[in-house]
Amino acid sequence: MILRGKAFKFGDNISTDHIIPGRWFHLRSNLPELSKHLLEDVVPAFVSRVKPGDFIVAGKNFGLGSSREHAPLVIKMAGVRAILAKSTARIFFRNAINLGLPVLICDTSQIDEGDKLEVDLIKGIIKDCTNGNQLSFGRIPEVMLRILEEGGLVPYIRKYGDFRI
Amino acid sequence: MGKTLAEKILSQKSGGDAHAGDIVIAKVDLAFVQDGTGPLAIRQFEASGFEKVAQPKRTAIFLDHASPSPARELSNDHTLLRNFARKTGALLFEVGEGVCHQLVAESLANPAEVILGADSHTTTAGGLGAFATGMGSTDIAIAMALGKTWLRVPESFKVLVEGHFGKGVYAKDLILHLIGLLGADGATYKSLEFCGETISQMTMSERLTIANMAVEAGAKVGLFPSDEKTREYLITQGRGKRYRPLQPDDDAAYEQTIKIDAAALEPTVAMPHSVDNTALARKLKGTKIQQVFIGTCTNGRLEDLAIAASLLKSRKRHPDTRLIIAPASRKVLQASIEAGYIQTLLEAGALITPPGCAACVGVHQGVLGDGESCLSTANRNFQGRMGNPNSFIYLGSPATAAATAITGEITDPRELL
Repeated sequence: MILRGKAFKFGDNISTDHIIPGRWFHLRSNLPELSKHLLEDVVPAFVSRVKPGDFIVAGKNFGLGSSREHAPLVIKMAGVRAILAKSTARIFFRNAINLGLPVLICDTSQIDEGDKLEVDLIKGIIKDCTNGNQLSFGRIPEVMLRILEEGGLVPYIRKYGDFRI
Repeated sequence: MGKTLAEKILSQKSGGDAHAGDIVIAKVDLAFVQDGTGPLAIRQFEASGFEKVAQPKRTAIFLDHASPSPARELSNDHTLLRNFARKTGALLFEVGEGVCHQLVAESLANPAEVILGADSHTTTAGGLGAFATGMGSTDIAIAMALGKTWLRVPESFKVLVEGHFGKGVYAKDLILHLIGLLGADGATYKSLEFCGETISQMTMSERLTIANMAVEAGAKVGLFPSDEKTREYLITQGRGKRYRPLQPDDDAAYEQTIKIDAAALEPTVAMPHSVDNTALARKLKGTKIQQVFIGTCTNGRLEDLAIAASLLKSRKRHPDTRLIIAPASRKVLQASIEAGYIQTLLEAGALITPPGCAACVGVHQGVLGDGESCLSTANRNFQGRMGNPNSFIYLGSPATAAATAITGEITDPRELL
């Protein structure tokens, strides 16, 4: 499967408090309202700028902090198809995969803001169509790949009823 | 080859021979959610087609982040969680009972268990020798339903601590120092395993402080051996029978060893906006602080309030610095009333808020104003954490917090001892 979209660049250590600030805690059961505040303290009006299919391209340790799964959830709701980062925090990585949102670990310093990207999830290749670079990304563990293939942990469990490793 | 604490626990819980890097399916001894992550967990639980939890008495729901609720949306979330507990028989901890991690330590966690919580600071129970780690709502929903989860067995870092803390230096200073050393992602995916003379002398309250913050270096767990101190703590909590000793093997393989001389440590503070941005408290003298917050799953226990009360006795908070105190649990609040700490703190000008997460999570009970700075005993100082992205959070020990409340600027507590 090939994903195509534009890169939105972020720096290192973007926390879950940046992604969905704690002051909107009371909106967690109202996801359409909550998602309006995605990354608002980092990029003003990010939600109105990001288009379905675009990519978040981050530095190291993306998604550190709280376990709130609402962070990858509102990213997915905004139409972001994958997160590319030098590294991510442990809980965030697992949460994103559980929601069927791919997280690809690669050298994002070779991608610039606004670059047009093509991601081949099967071959493990990211093509930067703007500067011509080609990047590979780290292997996703088998167990997570299966969860991703089913579209997340809920559909996976509905299908298999249990974990398969 | 010998095993680390993580490898030992996950071998037992997966019924196999688990080594770092292996993927295992492990039995889950306790799965819990709080009011911020619970509603989504319940929705995912139901979307997966489940109606029953695998172990009702080992499934817990904590109403602690909004305690009590400041908004009708959160009141409705609480209703949803109470109804789920009633329907499934899961344990319910009402508003005012305390922070989930403190209550897990007081009432539920035992050595060598696997504990999963929909909260990143679930690592706290590692102080009791439990493989305790935070996950998201969906993972916890499935763990509640199946009573098991999949885990990658982490590689371990050995943190060897020797020597005695100097006067005015505490476990909080040690863990802030370690995070400064490792960096906010320096232990991502790893098990931080603590050992050495200082660790074996350390009280459970201090162990919980350190394990709580293991996640701030990215770690999956922060593990302590289960020893005489663990046994004593379990006895005081009425769970002496659940004690079992647990030590790593002498020939266990560690990815690296970090040695810390406790005697060389000084009061340490994390500066805005990341926990690894550490400095010595004495070097920050002159930094004006408008709010001091003492509480949380990191440092809201009886010993912490005792330290604060001893510094604040016969003293007053600075007129430009408000002092907010949130005991970590009802038990802590009751014991600190009995010990006279609450009286002392009130006389010093403190405001006592209900047991719970309180000001730490930016929901209520101490949201900062634009340009304001807070010295907090919490575990996290990210931008916006306390409800306002235009404010600044410094982290320190209860002693540093109390000294700062007295002078109105960041103060090394040794100046006032």
